[in-house]
Amino acid sequence: MTTLTVNGQDVTIESEDDIPLLWVIRDELNLTGTKFGCGIAQCGACTVMVDGMPRRSCVTPVGSVDGSDIQTIEAMDSPEAKAVQAAWEKLDVPQCGWCQSGQVVSAAALLQMTRQPTDEDIDNAMAGNVCRCATYVRIRKAIHDAAAALEG
Amino acid sequence: MTHQTRRQFLSTGAGLVIGLSLPLGARAQSGAAAVLTRDDVSEGAFAPNAFVRISADDTVTIICKHIEFGQGPYTGLATLVAEELDARWDQMRAVSAPANQELYANLFFGLQGTGGSTAMANSYTQMRQAGAAARAMLVAAAAEQWDVPLGEITVSDGEVRHEASGQNASFGSLADAAAQQSVPVEPALKNPSEFKLIGQDLPKLDTQEKSTGKAIFTMDIAREGMQTVVVKRPEVIGATVTSYDDSAALEVPGVVAVRQIPQGIAVYANSTGAALKGRSKLTVEWDTSNAETRTTDQIMADFSAAASEPGVVVEESGDSAAALSDAAQTLEAEYHFPYLAHAPMEPLDAVLELKDGKAEVWMGAQFPGIDSGAIGEVLGIGAENVSMNVMLAGGSFGRRAQTSPQIGLEVSQIAKAAGGDGAWKLVWTREDDLTGGYYRPLTVHTLRGGLDAEGNITGWENTIVNQSIMLDTFMDQGNSEGKDPTSYEGSTKMPYDLPALKVNWVRQKSPVSVLWWRSVGHTHTAYATETFLDELLEMAGKDPVQGRLDLLKPDMGRDRAVLEKVAEIAGWDGNRVKGDRAYGVALHESFSTYTAQIAEVSDEGGMPRVHKVWVAVDCGVAVNPNVIRAQIEGGIGYGLGTALFNELTLGEGGVVQQRNFDTYRMLRINEMPEVEVAIIQSDADPTGIGEPGTPPIAPAVANAWRALTGTAVRRLPFTSAGV
Repeated sequence: MTTLTVNGQDVTIESEDDIPLLWVIRDELNLTGTKFGCGIAQCGACTVMVDGMPRRSCVTPVGSVDGSDIQTIEAMDSPEAKAVQAAWEKLDVPQCGWCQSGQVVSAAALLQMTRQPTDEDIDNAMAGNVCRCATYVRIRKAIHDAAAALEG
Repeated sequence: MTHQTRRQFLSTGAGLVIGLSLPLGARAQSGAAAVLTRDDVSEGAFAPNAFVRISADDTVTIICKHIEFGQGPYTGLATLVAEELDARWDQMRAVSAPANQELYANLFFGLQGTGGSTAMANSYTQMRQAGAAARAMLVAAAAEQWDVPLGEITVSDGEVRHEASGQNASFGSLADAAAQQSVPVEPALKNPSEFKLIGQDLPKLDTQEKSTGKAIFTMDIAREGMQTVVVKRPEVIGATVTSYDDSAALEVPGVVAVRQIPQGIAVYANSTGAALKGRSKLTVEWDTSNAETRTTDQIMADFSAAASEPGVVVEESGDSAAALSDAAQTLEAEYHFPYLAHAPMEPLDAVLELKDGKAEVWMGAQFPGIDSGAIGEVLGIGAENVSMNVMLAGGSFGRRAQTSPQIGLEVSQIAKAAGGDGAWKLVWTREDDLTGGYYRPLTVHTLRGGLDAEGNITGWENTIVNQSIMLDTFMDQGNSEGKDPTSYEGSTKMPYDLPALKVNWVRQKSPVSVLWWRSVGHTHTAYATETFLDELLEMAGKDPVQGRLDLLKPDMGRDRAVLEKVAEIAGWDGNRVKGDRAYGVALHESFSTYTAQIAEVSDEGGMPRVHKVWVAVDCGVAVNPNVIRAQIEGGIGYGLGTALFNELTLGEGGVVQQRNFDTYRMLRINEMPEVEVAIIQSDADPTGIGEPGTPPIAPAVANAWRALTGTAVRRLPFTSAGV
């Protein structure tokens, strides 16, 4: 039986150990901000923080993260996450919106590790997050804006 | 259905509901939409509409008859209402309209639907009138309450005011009284010079919820006792089930049942994880006797051979055969375009709850009335007992605008096979999405062009070979004369003065289902015509920009303006190559919007690297420039990734070879060019913006690539052209 801390709350998981964390989060814990896009870690829509690092929940068997601290888009409240979300709103980054939870989680994780990312840093950190609406121009600008806001 | 929904709508809570009678006067503007327009939607027909709700809490909610999947109708249509209502932007809200073919018809289609980049174009007058009517009723209510003349009342920033007496009131406080006023039939609309909100970069209404994970999509819906269902569909398109073994699937914890439905084998489970695990343990035998078993190479060869068959002449002027035989120089080229999947980020899905003979449905339906009808029929309850919630959708690009109500049929077959009341969520995986058909049609273009001794284009012939999207579907209203403009739109009615021209369409059939894909026929016609023209201009020793300008017919002023504008912002100086960078141009009108692009390209390991794209666009009145720029940026990314990387191919026996994003590769942030957009100022009625950014990017890149490398890419994507 897997136990997790999800967004600060301890939970015991009923799903089998080999069920992907994504479906546990969405179906069992009813946290639907985390999205399904490919199921093979190619698009990043399912990105969540596992023990402080971004992780693709669609290929993470829930049993493999037993005892971990999970943070989903619903509880992203670090200064970096707030700066990212503020920049996202200012630049109207989302179009359809489906991938944006994953984009925001990845962007916040980038800023936690690299306070002033270069374009190359952004490419490296964000290339795993597909946006089919191709909001990439605004994602890049919003990350730079969020970094500037955190400095300011 | 119609009347019940209207009553439900009108009775939803206190406040002012504006019900309007507006003429269905607008007719189809684009080629695609023209076929959709039913003969019975004639000039002067009337239908009641209801688009605005003002609550006591002072919020103004627009009822959006167009599905929101990122292209911006919630924001754009709310802007129209807010403008005529003189509302504050921060009091505006938007909700999705229910299925109601009468109230919420797309005025270009004659039925409720989103597509053909028509949301703004067909709503522009309708939503402004709805806002203006609401304003007039608020003013009338205030005049009555304050006992002052109507003409002395002003409205601005969400406040109704009587200057002389110093009285003022919010919309919300007047809502109930306004509801008692008579509805103006033809409320006066502002002159565009009076616009305060139209033309501004207003923030989008749906950004906050989409940046915080709070936006609710179909897949996020949960109902009491709901089961998740995934369906095992054939590996080969058009195959049907012969037999199946579900014993291993039924042993998976959480799997509740397995049923055969017309679409395949459905696995019902208590969670998505269990359903997928159960499906992976099914064994199914398929009958492929009616399936497409040719490989892509075989299909392409068959289509290529068909180019010499008679077909249907869809445009002709002058004697092109004589012009070509008399030409001083000629050019012939054959272009191959693959099947493409739309691949919206949210795969197809739907939720259906059946209780006491009534169904409630949640889905990202682009033709909600068509889906409701199909669901009512399958369940034997009639459309009047189907309540449709049109959800935010995670992209579509045409995929959810189904010529067969595919998802409505599938989710209702799932409910029917389960038997009895219940709730079911149908989920498609990415593999289901990519292998499931409804592709952009595989297409062959054969082009011939002739130049005289002075380098003037004297003859032009284009034969297009592909499947039809609309013929033999509900879109085919019996007046098509065997023509489907979505197969060749953009190859006809070109803006250039080509004295002897012939465009021919040869229809092909296949069990592979096809569908409109962002910009539809323009996806291939813009590429074939704009790269072929570029080659002809080069043969004639002409500059790609000036050569096009010289070729434009005199009345093509909007084409001319965008081409001149893009050349200006890109600093075009006639040099196609500068150092290791090359520049290519393309001009293409689609959905009555004019777009020209110049792409800056270098050679990175044998593939084009696109650094920057300059764009000039004329879509009439720019209701929200912020949304227009976003759609152009996105349309370029969508078209570029596809041109570089994407093809869906059928392998041995017809098996689809690309199953997920590892082999059907999406454009990523490091491959996205910088985009600079110039929007032409215009007072013309707004036209489409969701699609027109896509067609020019691939030919602009290909033209730059040819300038850089000398290679004309005539087979897409670039990766399969051996670039």
